Amino acid sequence: MQKKEKEQAQENKSQPEYFIEGNTLFLYDSLKFNQAGQFVLEALKKLKKHKSKVLVVNLKNLKDIDSAGVTAINYLKNKLTKKGINVRIDDAPESISKKLELFSMQKPPAEIQTFKPSFLESIGQNLYSFFSDYFMRFLYLAADVFYWSINDLFNSKARRKGEVVNQAILIGVNATLIVVVMSFIIGLVIALQSSAQLRHFGADIFIVDLTVIAMMAQMGPLITAILVAGRSGSAIAAEVATMKVTAELDALKTMGINSVRFVIVPKIYGCLSTIPFLTILANIAGIAGGMVAANIFLDITPEIFINRMGHSLYNKDIITSIIKSLVYGSLIVLTGSFFGLRVKEGAEGVGKSTTIAVVVAISLVIIADSILGLIFYT
Amino acid sequence: MDLDKIIEVAGLTVDFDGKTVLSDVSFNAYNGQVTVILGGSGSGKTTVLRQILGLNPIRQGKINVLGKDISTLDESEQTKLYMKMGVFYQNGGLISSLTVGENVALPLEQHTNLPKEIIEEIVKMKLSLVYLQDTYKMYPSQLSGGMFKRAALARAIVMDPQMLLCDEPGAGLDPVSLASLDQLILDLKKLMKMSIIIVTHEVSSILRIADRVIFLENTKAIFEGTLSDALKSKKEPLINFFNKGKGQ
Repeated sequence: MQKKEKEQAQENKSQPEYFIEGNTLFLYDSLKFNQAGQFVLEALKKLKKHKSKVLVVNLKNLKDIDSAGVTAINYLKNKLTKKGINVRIDDAPESISKKLELFSMQKPPAEIQTFKPSFLESIGQNLYSFFSDYFMRFLYLAADVFYWSINDLFNSKARRKGEVVNQAILIGVNATLIVVVMSFIIGLVIALQSSAQLRHFGADIFIVDLTVIAMMAQMGPLITAILVAGRSGSAIAAEVATMKVTAELDALKTMGINSVRFVIVPKIYGCLSTIPFLTILANIAGIAGGMVAANIFLDITPEIFINRMGHSLYNKDIITSIIKSLVYGSLIVLTGSFFGLRVKEGAEGVGKSTTIAVVVAISLVIIADSILGLIFYT
Repeated sequence: MDLDKIIEVAGLTVDFDGKTVLSDVSFNAYNGQVTVILGGSGSGKTTVLRQILGLNPIRQGKINVLGKDISTLDESEQTKLYMKMGVFYQNGGLISSLTVGENVALPLEQHTNLPKEIIEEIVKMKLSLVYLQDTYKMYPSQLSGGMFKRAALARAIVMDPQMLLCDEPGAGLDPVSLASLDQLILDLKKLMKMSIIIVTHEVSSILRIADRVIFLENTKAIFEGTLSDALKSKKEPLINFFNKGKGQ
């Protein structure tokens, strides 16, 4: 018991025991994790004015040492050697010298030559890597997905049974409630905020045109795409990234199965077959929200609202809305898959690729929205 | 034999979803020895290790580690106990977002007040012990399978733990790397008086390093004793294990 207590006290001791006499540093008792740091700092300070070209580290009375102690002695030795002081370790008992041998670096790490490019060079490098690593590869993936999507249409044998329906449920059907509720609220808010302005001009009835055009041409497809990107884009990226990290994609490859065809094409089918319906539901819900606001704040009854809709709702808006939803759906699946496939590290990489996939998918949807807006309405 | 018990497992029974994985398993591991837990795939070797580490709750039986009943420890006591242990997980358990150097330095940064330069030196030295001195700035994803395992071992021994627990450290290593790893384990045992618990089925490695053997078969510990007793044992599973394993 006493022996154990003594050992414990020794272990907890944080003061290293040593003294310097002439050209010799004597170490006593033990040099372990809790003493090594202080020993190095103090000894270096005391040896700052050491004039002789030689220092002997005497370990005769050192009873115990661990890897931190050995490292501390070696660190001190290297520092002093650089100052031109020749350090010699002396009188180490056998057990200590064996530990010195075990815990001394077998071979120092190789120096790595690094090249730091200039500012302009780094701009060039970044631009080049953006085009080659991101833009071109995204286009390659899009081409690959397009090819296999068309190919699979005529080759049902190679398709995984039930996977398209499964993806349609995951990406589309399960998002119905959130898309409908959000669209209703947004339609209601648009009509509510516009009603005050329109009332000033006595143009109350135009709330119908405003709500219908805003929802059909712009907000319906956009809200649906943003919600699907947040919900399913992240899930696609995480799934593909995890498959890559856990070598499932490599396994598919070595089984002779094209991973794009096996993993991404069902998602494209699932998304493109449901997102137009989701968008139509979002449009209807948004207009319904506008109808409620118009009834409450401008006394426009649902009958008047529906009658007026005939003047503001064109087939072109419905078709534009569906085309937009198909473009956005493709972008969401492609972006999720692209960043999922680019994952390099483990768990953290999956998280990173998921986040970046959602951000880029929403950004691309907004960019595409402005381009399609220019095409369809100019 | 006058040795301190570092691990005492008594009557341990573990069930997962109604399936018994360990049934009334009892054994001891002693200070300063290499204790090897053997058994075929699915015999519950890794589960025993997880139970010793307190990673799974103990429902039946008792485990004492370094004299403490692990089922009664609170979080801070458990942390204190973990600081005396180095653990090497089967799949390495390196944190992918940190470099190899940062991974190995992690326990030193968290639990010691050593200056940064000394920590760096200790990490480089520990990496050189496992022949990975050039991987300091690399990420775990850039390492091969064997290098990954060795980096994980460097992290497990970085604090010179009193007890080292390894889950299949030799799996996937070539014979030369395996022999060096075994030599390192023997050095750690001899010079640092480290107690080592290893789960493995590498027979060549067992013959080189084991002092004591626990053999698990069909959820039970059917043998506990010294390596020489294990080699002399007339129990069929043990005879098969050593005879067939030697030919690998």
